[in-house]
Parts: sequence; structure tokens; C-alpha cells
Amino acid sequence: MKTDELVEFLATGTNSVDRRQHVRRFLAGVAFGCLAAALLTAEALGLHPALSQEALLPMFWVREAFCAALGAAALAGVARLSHPGARLGLVPAALAACVLAMWILAAASLTDASPQQRADLVFGQTAKVCPFLIALVSVPLFFSVIWIMRGLAPTHLRLAGAVGGFAAGALGALAYSLHCPELAAPFLGIWYLLGMLIPTAVGAAFGPRLLRW
Amino acid sequence: MTSNEERLRGLLLRGLEGDPAAYHAFLKELAAHLRAFLRKRLTRLPEEVEDLVQESLLAVHNQRHTYDPQQPLTAWVFALARYKLIDLLRRRSRTELLHDPLDEEGELFAASDNEAAEARRDIAKLLSELPERHRLPIIYVKLEGLSVAEAAQRAGMSESAVKIGVHRGLKALAAKVRGVQ
Repeated sequence: MKTDELVEFLATGTNSVDRRQHVRRFLAGVAFGCLAAALLTAEALGLHPALSQEALLPMFWVREAFCAALGAAALAGVARLSHPGARLGLVPAALAACVLAMWILAAASLTDASPQQRADLVFGQTAKVCPFLIALVSVPLFFSVIWIMRGLAPTHLRLAGAVGGFAAGALGALAYSLHCPELAAPFLGIWYLLGMLIPTAVGAAFGPRLLRW
Repeated sequence: MTSNEERLRGLLLRGLEGDPAAYHAFLKELAAHLRAFLRKRLTRLPEEVEDLVQESLLAVHNQRHTYDPQQPLTAWVFALARYKLIDLLRRRSRTELLHDPLDEEGELFAASDNEAAEARRDIAKLLSELPERHRLPIIYVKLEGLSVAEAAQRAGMSESAVKIGVHRGLKALAAKVRGVQ
């Protein structure tokens, strides 16, 4: 087929493109992933028994906001990286600001605490399992984010995979927080972040293979 | 150059709204720009140029829903063409052949080249290798110019199956062009 014929071929019978359809696909993917992650947390790990009392504590909402803000910023990054030629803009700054805010809170709470309390604030009771459980809960989100990106056209595959993995990790952490008993800022700033970085690394490693088009 | 971009963008936007004549004009002009752009960067692989022009056109068509009307058209086309070029070079593992820097998107619409060489890879032949559920809708709608309703009747498929067949079939065709499967 000559190039002129290909042009003719592509232009024939082409219909209008509804961009809202792709927005719906994006939102459906996120909603499905979040729902699956929440169900996985509730069924496999169990909800935190004192969830309703904890929800009265400010730190509970700081934790939720931390995960949700990171997830939202990373999803904005996913959307941009999936559109050829779009720039990341303020996404890296937003991600850094969330982490920095948590670290400032952590530093403040460690400074106020007595030396005996400090280890508790950092390690809590679940530091050993927390990052791995976050990574586990992120699995359905990881696949739905990859599915979203495969319907679009990322051009920097490793970076897109990493940011997609981070989005899955942050939203996975949000779901996992329904099970998690930890509320200390130093704990969240270390182990939650580490948990989010596991799917990030997986995304960076497999992005070039999963997202190629 | 900017007027070129404005005009092309106008044609694409009308094409995205379903105007086939505007879309045809857009693709035809884009092909010439892509050819000039790729020929300059593939001086040591001149035989690849026309294939890559066709692969990029197919990519532009398949990914046209990712163009945001707020965004400069140059940036979008450049990112697509650059991705396809790097993908080709990676496939051939000969990245050292690229001696012209790949960061000058501004000049994309400055040059145009209407002399199409023969493509070595025949997209029509790859099309014949697609499964029937993709091939028939594409042949009826894209080659014979039937309406979706007519194509559905002729192929004995539902109208939505024809639409999906065209859409997925063109993606499958792009994968074949890349040498996957």
C-alpha cells in the first residue's frame, strides 16, 4: 500500500472522536481499582476494629489525606504521561510537597517525644509487614492503571510505568489504611512511602514491556 | 511555520469532529511533514523512511483521541513521531545511527517532502493476515467506503461489532507493522 493510499484508507469512514468516552474509561479504571483494593483489604486483612473511634482523631485524616493527595497527584501524572507531548507541569512538585509535609510532621513529633517513645513512633507495631501489605493491596490498582495507560499513548514508558505504579501504591495505601493501626507521622513517612515505592519500582521495571504500542 | 501549524490543527479538529475531507487533508499534509522530518534523521537508513512514515500515520490515527485541543499540535505529533523513531531504532538496536539530535520539535512543520518512496512493508498484505472479525469491517468500511450499517449487513455482524472491529483491527494492524505477533 502506498502512503497516499494509506492516507485515503485511514480517512475513509472515520467517525468523530468522543474524548469524554476516554475520560469515563479513566475514571472507571480508577474506581474499579480502588474498589478491588478496598475489598481485598476488608476480606483478606480485615478492617481495623477501632476504625470508627480512630476516625475521630485528626491524625487519622492526615494519614488519609496524605495517601489520597499522593494518589491524586500521581494520577494527574498518569494522565499527562499518557498523552504524547504533554508536560508533567506541577506533578513532581505536588508529590514532593506531600512527602515533605509528612516528613516535617514526623520531625516535629520525634522532637517532642522522649527518647524511649521515639522507636515506637518510627516502628509502631507493624513496620515489618506494612510496606509488603501495601504492595499487595496495590496489585489490583496496578493492573487497572496499566489498563488505563494501555488505552492511551504513553511515550516515556519507564517513567509512565513508575508514576503509574506510584499511583497504585498511594491509592493502595489509602485502602490499606482501613486495616492499619498506625497513625504516627514518622511511621507513615517511612513505611507507607516504602510500600508505595514497591509498585513504583515494579512499574519502572515492567513499564517498557507492558505499555509498548 | 506557525500558520502551517494553525491550519493543520484546524483540519485535525474538524477531522476529530467527523469531517472526513478535512481529516484526509490533515493526514496527507502530515505525511509530507513526517517524511521530511524522518528522512533528515534516518540518513543512514533511507530505506526505512517510508515504512516509518506509514507507521507514524497509523499511530496518529489510532491515538488521535489523545490529542488535547488545548495543546500545541507540534508537541503532540513530535512526541508520537519521536516515540516511533526510537522504537524503530531500538528494534534494530542501532541507536548509534541517529546522529541528529532529537530535541528540535519546533522545526517539525517547517519542512515538507512530497516524494513518497516505496514502502517495503505492505500494509495491505498485513491487513489480509488479520482475523475475520477485524478484517471484514476494515475492508468494508475503510477500503470500500461502506457505511457502518451497510458493512454490518454485508458482514453479518452487529453495527457495534463492526465499529469495534475497525477500532481493534487498526490497533492489531499497528502491532503487526511493528513486527509483533
